[in-house]
Amino acid sequence: MQQTHNKELIAFVEKMPAFPKSVQRVVQLTSDINAPAKEIVRVIESDPVMTVKILKVINSAFYGLPQKITSIQRAVVHMGLNTIKNLALSVAAMGVLKPTNKADFNTQDFLLHSLTTASICRLLAERLNVKGSECSDYFVAGLLHDFGKIVFAEFDPDNFKLALEKSLEENIPLHQTETEFMGINHAQVGKILAEKWELDPVLIDAIEHHHNNSSKNLLTGCVATANQISKKLQFGFSGNPVIDESIDEILPKFELTLDDLITSLGDLSAIKSEALSFINS
Amino acid sequence: MKFKFWGVRGSIATPGPATVKYGGNTTCIEIRTDNNDLIILDAGTGIHPLGQELLKQLPVDAHIFITHTHWDHIQGLPFFSPIFIPGNDVKIYGGLDPVTNEGIERALGVQLQYSYFPIREAELNANIEYNTIKPEESITVAGAKITPILLSHPVLNFGYRVDCDGQSIFFTGDYEPIFNIYDPEDSEYEEYQSFIDQKQQQIALAIKGVDALIIDSSYTTEEYNSKKGWGHGTYDSAIKIANEAQVKQLFFTHHEPTRTDKQLDDIHQRLKKENPNLDYEILLAKEGVDFML
Repeated sequence: MQQTHNKELIAFVEKMPAFPKSVQRVVQLTSDINAPAKEIVRVIESDPVMTVKILKVINSAFYGLPQKITSIQRAVVHMGLNTIKNLALSVAAMGVLKPTNKADFNTQDFLLHSLTTASICRLLAERLNVKGSECSDYFVAGLLHDFGKIVFAEFDPDNFKLALEKSLEENIPLHQTETEFMGINHAQVGKILAEKWELDPVLIDAIEHHHNNSSKNLLTGCVATANQISKKLQFGFSGNPVIDESIDEILPKFELTLDDLITSLGDLSAIKSEALSFINS
Repeated sequence: MKFKFWGVRGSIATPGPATVKYGGNTTCIEIRTDNNDLIILDAGTGIHPLGQELLKQLPVDAHIFITHTHWDHIQGLPFFSPIFIPGNDVKIYGGLDPVTNEGIERALGVQLQYSYFPIREAELNANIEYNTIKPEESITVAGAKITPILLSHPVLNFGYRVDCDGQSIFFTGDYEPIFNIYDPEDSEYEEYQSFIDQKQQQIALAIKGVDALIIDSSYTTEEYNSKKGWGHGTYDSAIKIANEAQVKQLFFTHHEPTRTDKQLDDIHQRLKKENPNLDYEILLAKEGVDFML
């Protein structure tokens, strides 16, 4: 999947629907005039597709907001709940992402991985005393980091299936087998889309570099680390069996091994059960 | 610069004996620069009588800024007579709707449809021009600098700051100060509050020091309790913003449609009594009176 396919890919993702549970909840909540605003926000920000599509609309140069909007909560403050609610409804109107795909990529496990990575990423930000007003950006970056995989599963399922199988059978990082079969990996595809959609550069960096150590951004380091923690704890599954333990390179601030960092974070099972309760509610 | 209210009512026009003093038309404000150039803020039913007045001196060159496209702010547009007369220039400005992706041409286009209006858009004889503008990007028209600011309402809404002749006016359109959607015990509460505080500071900065702040004050604080999230402010929230922005005059507008002249007078008296030490005058927007700055 090379440059020539980018236009086709972008057009495809424009039409890609969101996850069934959030679509169903958005339809329910937007039919109830008394639905609490925080419930609607919670549903939107628990779905990577819905989140990215709303961020895309409001960050477009066409619309011209003077500052980038990095999270749904910020979007509600700037644009008002009703606008965000109606944007969510227009995403819901595109239908629902099928639970199965030709790549045999489990979308429920993917969602659980994305959601727990998001929550762990926010937790890491809090541990590092990141400014309170930035913590929701860490959540969003964690939520969106693997967005490229769900795109692969829908856009190029045959090759993605081969990449998934080889990664699992030979215990090779998925991003490597993706490159082998498709010429591009999910981080790169996520970056292409995020750039096209004019998301905040910090989010783009986190999506692009969550598997390498080339970024100096704290946010990217936290996403990379949260990703490994979620994998190590087997909170869902995003297709990559290999756990990168070298977090000291990713996030030297912690000066801990991955296991010690996990221990220091305390009981993270609530993060998993909270995410599950959303997925299965 | 001077300005005049042609419509001060919120939601729906309310003609009748109980609204004679303040007026029953929906939102429309005429601004005249010292050069007598014409800027109009919103096109509620009040733009109809303004249009009649303008016919006395043709051609008309009007710049109409739409805060948002709820009916009470656009409903007068098809009845703004200058749009039917050749030689007039009517330029309409407003924001892009992020939900429908439509530019400000929607304000008139949506109304001039077969089922709702007998005249087609193509049949309008004036030169009509649409300009879709972006938040916080100032534009200069008729020697005035006009800056749109995103303000919270259940649809895209711009407040406009108009700077001209060394003077300034800010009109909010419809605006409800943002409230925290979380409860204090929620983990998200504080972070969300910090976004709100940031945004409120930006808004106060945009309004800073204006000669006249014209602000949506639909409700009393007591009434607001059952109308939270409806997109409108209160008299008290208006005073709070006016204090923060250190304005020189405050006009309450978007009068609640069931509010009588007597009730408005009572509210005005009460507000003056409750706020005796303000550095600025508080006034109720009233149709037909010229305010010189």
